[in-house]
Amino acid sequence: MESLSQTIRPGAVNFKSGIPNNNFIEEVLLCANLKLLAMQLTLEFGGGLELLCNSLKIHKVNVDPQDGEKLTMKHLLAWVRTNLIKERPEMFMKGDSVRPGVLVLINDCDWELSEQLDTVLEEDDVVVFISTLHGG
Amino acid sequence: MAEAAAKLKGGRLCSICNDRRPALKRPKTLEQICRECFYTVFEDEIHNVIVENQLFKPGERIAIGASGGKDSTVLAYVLSELNRRHNYGLDLFLLSVDEGITGYRDDSLETVKRNEIQYGLPLKVVSYKELYGWTMDEIVKLIGLKNNCTFCGVFRRQALDRGAALLKVDKLVTGHNADDIAETVLLNILRGDIARLSRCTSIITGEDGPIPRCKPFKYTYEKEIVIYPFCWLDYFSTECIYSPNAYRGFAREFIKDLERMRPRAILDIIKSGEDFRISASTKMPEQGNCERCGYISSQKWCKACVLLEGLNRGLPKLGIGRSRGLNNEQNKDMKLTDGTKSMQSKQCGTLDF
Repeated sequence: MESLSQTIRPGAVNFKSGIPNNNFIEEVLLCANLKLLAMQLTLEFGGGLELLCNSLKIHKVNVDPQDGEKLTMKHLLAWVRTNLIKERPEMFMKGDSVRPGVLVLINDCDWELSEQLDTVLEEDDVVVFISTLHGG
Repeated sequence: MAEAAAKLKGGRLCSICNDRRPALKRPKTLEQICRECFYTVFEDEIHNVIVENQLFKPGERIAIGASGGKDSTVLAYVLSELNRRHNYGLDLFLLSVDEGITGYRDDSLETVKRNEIQYGLPLKVVSYKELYGWTMDEIVKLIGLKNNCTFCGVFRRQALDRGAALLKVDKLVTGHNADDIAETVLLNILRGDIARLSRCTSIITGEDGPIPRCKPFKYTYEKEIVIYPFCWLDYFSTECIYSPNAYRGFAREFIKDLERMRPRAILDIIKSGEDFRISASTKMPEQGNCERCGYISSQKWCKACVLLEGLNRGLPKLGIGRSRGLNNEQNKDMKLTDGTKSMQSKQCGTLDF
């Protein structure tokens, strides 16, 4: 998985590691267009959480990786809190993670099976947040 | 999208089929299992709970208390599925209560109406307005947002029983899950409500009454109920606009915190509730019937009648808060009023409770 992301964005990796890139022009372009490196993600809010973000369930977003390198769930959560949550952030987060009772699925997979806050996200990932805290 | 799949630690496979990639971690067992195996174990476990506890007998008419929310929607789906698959021989019905909350219940009832068609289960809706003469909107207008949940809870309980009686069902099933029950155990401890503590963990209650209730999801984690229908069941999830039942909210959050640290805590709290032994010297309320409407009650009047009397006499505080000891005086006071007039809309007397 890790190596795959490196092949997708060779410029960023090389830039960070300081290994000179043999294609100077490509390197310059990548630097100039760092914004383009923003990762496109699909975020879905359910179980009532959508009410915290303009009642919109699905958000297609572009998130800048930290230091232009990688994007972790921890960083994404902070980004969501700042950029998408319009009210009652305490319904969504507790500390730097989601509030207990909020399920997180990354590409249809329970985040308890991955590294949770340390999970590294990639282009086109789909992250779903569902609150279990509403009435049944 | 091919590369956008799963970010699993290591290359583990589903611990049941050992073939596919796991999709979730089961809170109950901590097993990592795939979606297909999850559907199977989820449904099989509920089937086992039904069989082991003899929840149903062939030929019974069963009402499913349906709010349009996740628990009751999953319950309606799973139960009709299991009924077919294992030939339970049950006649299933959906039973909904319309509390009269604009912008909340009217929307969720639309969900139930869709479920009626999707699962082919007949639906019966009973409303507070027709049963009690008051909608929750009207009650909140009168009493404000302070004790409205008390009214709603008491009225709903009786409304479900009355709806079940109208449907002539043998039992009523509700979607209470393991998390709900653990939460209720804690609340009953916090309130010192020994009578409720001793019955809140029973999978079947009211067997001596006209319509027993049971909870097939007693051992089912909320997390799994939420993941189960992911993307394909039609349910409604909006918090009641009058909701903030703060006390229950605290208990709920506490349970979820515990679950994060040790998922088994939920089942263990239920176990603790089950295994409480109430000392013989503890005074338990005696179950009788409400003198007014005939509904089961440990007092002269059932709670719904006391609350309704308060509403109709413009004394909405009546019956709110602790009523032990006070109850007799209240009842004496109430005898002075003409009950028949204010009770017109609540014809419980016609029911055999």
